[in-house]
Amino acid sequence: MTLPLKKERDEMILNMGPQHPATHGVLRLLLELEGEVVKKVVPIIGYLHRGIEKLGEERTYIQNLVLTDRLDYTAAMSNNLSYALAVERLCGIEVPERARVIRVIMAELARIAAHLLWIGTYALDIGAITPFFYCFREREKIMDMFEMVSGQRLTPSYICIGGVRKDITPTFLEALRNFTDTFESYILDYEGLLSKNPIWLARTRDVAVLSKEDAINWGTTGPVLRASGVQFDFRRATPYCGYENYEFEIPYGTRGDCYDRYRVRMEELRQSNRILKQALNNLPDGPVLADVPYIVMPDKSQVLTDIEALIKHFKIASGAFQIPKGEVYSSIENPKGELGFYIVSDGSSRPYRMRIKSSCFVNLSALPFMVEGQMVADVVAAVGSIDIVLGEVDR
Amino acid sequence: MSFAGLVFILIKIVVVFALLMLTVAYLTLLERKVLAHMQVRVGPMFAGPHGILQPIADGIKLFFKEDIVTKQADKFFYFLSPALSIVPVLLIFAVIPFGDKSDIFGLLKEPIDLRITGLRIDILFIFAMSGLATYGVVFGGWSQNNKYALIGGLREAAQLISYEVAFTLSVFGVVLIAGSLQLDKIVAMQKDMWFIVYQPVGFLIFLTAAVAELKRTPFDLPEAESELVAGFHADYSSMKFAMFFMAEYASIVACSCLGTILFLGGWLGPSFLPPFVWYMIKVFILIFVIIWLRGTYPRLRYDQLMKFGWKFLIPLSFVNIFVTAIVILLVR
Repeated sequence: MTLPLKKERDEMILNMGPQHPATHGVLRLLLELEGEVVKKVVPIIGYLHRGIEKLGEERTYIQNLVLTDRLDYTAAMSNNLSYALAVERLCGIEVPERARVIRVIMAELARIAAHLLWIGTYALDIGAITPFFYCFREREKIMDMFEMVSGQRLTPSYICIGGVRKDITPTFLEALRNFTDTFESYILDYEGLLSKNPIWLARTRDVAVLSKEDAINWGTTGPVLRASGVQFDFRRATPYCGYENYEFEIPYGTRGDCYDRYRVRMEELRQSNRILKQALNNLPDGPVLADVPYIVMPDKSQVLTDIEALIKHFKIASGAFQIPKGEVYSSIENPKGELGFYIVSDGSSRPYRMRIKSSCFVNLSALPFMVEGQMVADVVAAVGSIDIVLGEVDR
Repeated sequence: MSFAGLVFILIKIVVVFALLMLTVAYLTLLERKVLAHMQVRVGPMFAGPHGILQPIADGIKLFFKEDIVTKQADKFFYFLSPALSIVPVLLIFAVIPFGDKSDIFGLLKEPIDLRITGLRIDILFIFAMSGLATYGVVFGGWSQNNKYALIGGLREAAQLISYEVAFTLSVFGVVLIAGSLQLDKIVAMQKDMWFIVYQPVGFLIFLTAAVAELKRTPFDLPEAESELVAGFHADYSSMKFAMFFMAEYASIVACSCLGTILFLGGWLGPSFLPPFVWYMIKVFILIFVIIWLRGTYPRLRYDQLMKFGWKFLIPLSFVNIFVTAIVILLVR
């Protein structure tokens, strides 16, 4: 590949990545340096391209679910949810109330897990090594809970079309209750290490600033947008899964710098914990899967005993079902921002087109704008602060 | 010098060198263990009980690793710089005393100095040597012909030159009070009161500048692993890397020894423990503080580091010297 940058007399072209500890995966950044000052940044993506959108056209709607796990693998539950919501809207499936609450629980747990991973790795980027281990202590608990409900830690495929795969168990509820009761004090641990640390402030305050107008013009979403002072959240703007019934605040920043992005995410941890507590108290009884023959997979226990269920299962698994013709776009508030699925159905069991709108990709496109004229260390701080997952950027 | 005297000095050199290398090896284990317990982990556990043999395992591993020399490297300086970085640090230990005159629990007929040699300009010699150590890192970063290493080496050069000034100036207060550049005399002067009481600001400047000299968090910019991957030793492997590594940890010991002697009364302490034990306790407290900093702080940015050094630390040390000098003038 030819370099998109031309070397001038006194400048140094530094190739950062695709294998570099601070690029969070396989992002490649070409930096044009003058001493330590960055003149220009060119992000080069595509090293983790697996063609998920194209693969989606080859597989049935049911099979596509596992592909969504591999988008933003730090919060796979959220991706499942976004995809399931899109297909459900296409088919007009009503999800049972209990499944809706379980979905909220899973989405918020995924948000906490993703933000914890972010805080840990971001602190590592800035040079503080200790917060990483504290964050992973709690993230591990969430991973254990995911394993309880789905048998998988990273790629659960738990939220499926029509509801959730299996009902949650009393053990899970107890673990969740313990978690929500103690989590507030753990947040204080992280804040104690970072929030008022003068070096942390020096490294993140007024670094990689994105003004309110620019944040909107670049189309950023999620914590990056909110840190710039826009109080916008899909959970509030276009509620799904009954988010309109929960009480929570939308934290937002004022300056749009790295520190504000950190504060916004820290505060979102608290708000997510609040939502979790409310969901726990209002968990209704009832089924967790909608009863829609030939689209929603029947419960596995029935498949083993009931011939009708076995036939349904076989038909769905072999792709002998039809999704109504039409097109749909639906998006949710992922931990990183908007995650939207645009699905065009031609009436068969496979999507004609599955387009994924990724907030990571959009937010990354604002990076060169944010860091030009700053120092090399600020590039690391900026890349970390927009919280990209290359699995979602490259798809 | 007689033949017996020469042998005697050689024995002292071997003993100091062996003890130093042992301390350096176990310092790595200490750091890993201390950090681990600060970070809800347990650290190395497999090589021996509680990882007690880990430094030896690490040493064997490093020794048998392939020694890679990259094609684009400037061979002469590439081979020279690991040696250039470790030799000055070892030379510092030639003048550092480890205790008062002692007959080593009655083993010897007449008491000996617990140091290899003494100079009349101990402190000057130490600063000269620590200045020389910069060359190892700068040549190392440059000779690899690797951009990351080059930036690391440049950062290192700028950082060491800036903080060397504050480091040297911070000690001047002590030198003014003691009226001597000899380390054993400075310790003897602290019989009634440690110099940290007269020189609290000097001690803080010394500690800060020492951490910067040692390239430790929050001043670990030359090897910032999240920006420069490994910085100046990116392309070094095997024993060449180990030499940089040993130099770094030996400097931690050297700085802690110096801090103990200059500010914490050296080997002086209540008589229920031998002087050498007091000395070691104080040295390890300073080492612990340096490790503790690593567990707590993020890394500064290059321009912030420079600003902090030139606009805060150096003026502050000048003020410190000025005030100390005036007080001494008035008291005498």
